[in-house]
Amino acid sequence: MKVLVAVKPVIDCDVKFLIKEDNSRINFNNLKFIINPFDENAIEEAVRLKEAGKVSEIIVVSIGPSQSKNIIFTALAFGADRGIFIVNEDTKLQPLAIAKLLKIIAIRELPAMIIAGKQSIDDNLGQTGQMLSALLGWSQGTFVSKLIINSTNVEVIREIDNGLETIVLSLPTVITVDLRINKPRYASLSNIIKAKKKPIDILSSIDLCNDISPHLITLKIEELKRHKFGINLANVTELIDKLKIKVI
Amino acid sequence: MSALVIAEHNNITLEPTTLNTITAAKQLDEDIHILIAGHMIYQIADIATKIDSVTKVLLADNIIYAHGLAEPLSSLITEIGHNYHAILASATTHSKNVLPRVAALFDVAQISDVSNIISNDTFIRQIYTGKALEILKSKDNIKIITVRSSSFKEAKNTGGHAIIETVSNKNYSLCSSFLSRQINKSRRPELITSKIIISGGRGIGSIENFKLLEVVADKLGAAVGATRAAVDSGFATTDMQIGQSGKIVSPELYIAVAISGAPQHIAGISDSKIIVAINKDKDAPIISIADYFIVGDLYQILPELVTELNK
Repeated sequence: MKVLVAVKPVIDCDVKFLIKEDNSRINFNNLKFIINPFDENAIEEAVRLKEAGKVSEIIVVSIGPSQSKNIIFTALAFGADRGIFIVNEDTKLQPLAIAKLLKIIAIRELPAMIIAGKQSIDDNLGQTGQMLSALLGWSQGTFVSKLIINSTNVEVIREIDNGLETIVLSLPTVITVDLRINKPRYASLSNIIKAKKKPIDILSSIDLCNDISPHLITLKIEELKRHKFGINLANVTELIDKLKIKVI
Repeated sequence: MSALVIAEHNNITLEPTTLNTITAAKQLDEDIHILIAGHMIYQIADIATKIDSVTKVLLADNIIYAHGLAEPLSSLITEIGHNYHAILASATTHSKNVLPRVAALFDVAQISDVSNIISNDTFIRQIYTGKALEILKSKDNIKIITVRSSSFKEAKNTGGHAIIETVSNKNYSLCSSFLSRQINKSRRPELITSKIIISGGRGIGSIENFKLLEVVADKLGAAVGATRAAVDSGFATTDMQIGQSGKIVSPELYIAVAISGAPQHIAGISDSKIIVAINKDKDAPIISIADYFIVGDLYQILPELVTELNK
């Protein structure tokens, strides 16, 4: 079984981000890109399935500005076999556009399964996998915390608001995973060296699809000031007194 | 043109968050229709006709919708959705599973987790783990919107006189099938709608200590939440997780016990009215967003809290 893993380059949320002085948008200059953490779990799952003999080839695909290409190497060092990097200099490519680009790659590669993270840590939209599945007309399993490959289908356990759900998906399928599905490994030094020799196809978003312009326009971004100067209470009695006035 | 709300339900009762979504829809249109897709759902359809401001209930009763599978449901919504300028649902795992498919099939964007509606095409949502607000404008003819329930009041479930119309879809593929669902039933309030929440982090240390939170919760009539770390440590179930990839809550009172305050957790609680932190570390990030905090040992503080509440 051939598996395509889609990974998104994101800015680490622990890094202080910058809103430009004119409140227009987040300033990405000189920031380092990492693989979206949820997508790391997607790669790990594919690698584990390959180690278990269920998967024959893992292709990793990513779309982003040229300075984010390093994440393909990281994915290859984790165990993917080859990479596809779609250069897109506009960092604000929206999920529908990403889904359209991934659809083109899916049609070219015809994997039995596409795995991605259930959301990204930057925009938190959690749309791309579902959009891709709909555009391809494939089955979908989202928020997956366990994946079992059977001979003709895939069984997944999904995390839903009030518990867990098990569904069966016919192939080909699109899966989005939760952080709980596995614990991603660290790339060994020998795998990092091997990764440098693995093939990477470099494509351009505008050559692949001419319909990727944004449908949503950001008018303004405002930083939210959350800091409070809270009152330090000595004990529970003081707390109850405060809360009696306010809430309870 | 009207606005369409996708109802969320378990085939027997309507999820209360659907009522919050109706309130959001009212800010976009005076004429609101509601789609109820499921199996043996006449009871819910009847309830829905009475919701304030709903003029039409679209009823899709078929076994293929019984478990809310994304593929048949999204094709149904796409077939009937052409008549609407906005399609809304609450930002629950159910809608997050279905609505992006609808948006893709319409070739439009989805506007996710909207916390404020400015006009018919301009919306506000939080980004970067709640560190910033984004004001955005949609260029699409059909707006596909998921709504942050805690930002909108529940619509009244009385006073409406909607008509019922049955709908069905012709084209769907059955490429997935439902096997089972394990629902964690809790006698406590739902996290998303609860006025008071008490939550624990990994620092709680054990399942036994987590039970102390439940004792306090029952005294306060509160819901119990957890951080991802606490869930991963096995102290709480996945449906109790609050934060960026779990539930977003906004209670009147949020009590964070042994929670350090990772940005991913704060993203889920920052709209709470009053935050109380109980932590042994006075420098924990949670302290910087707390209205009140007690620095100390939870093994001492939690039993004291139970005793005080018993008085």
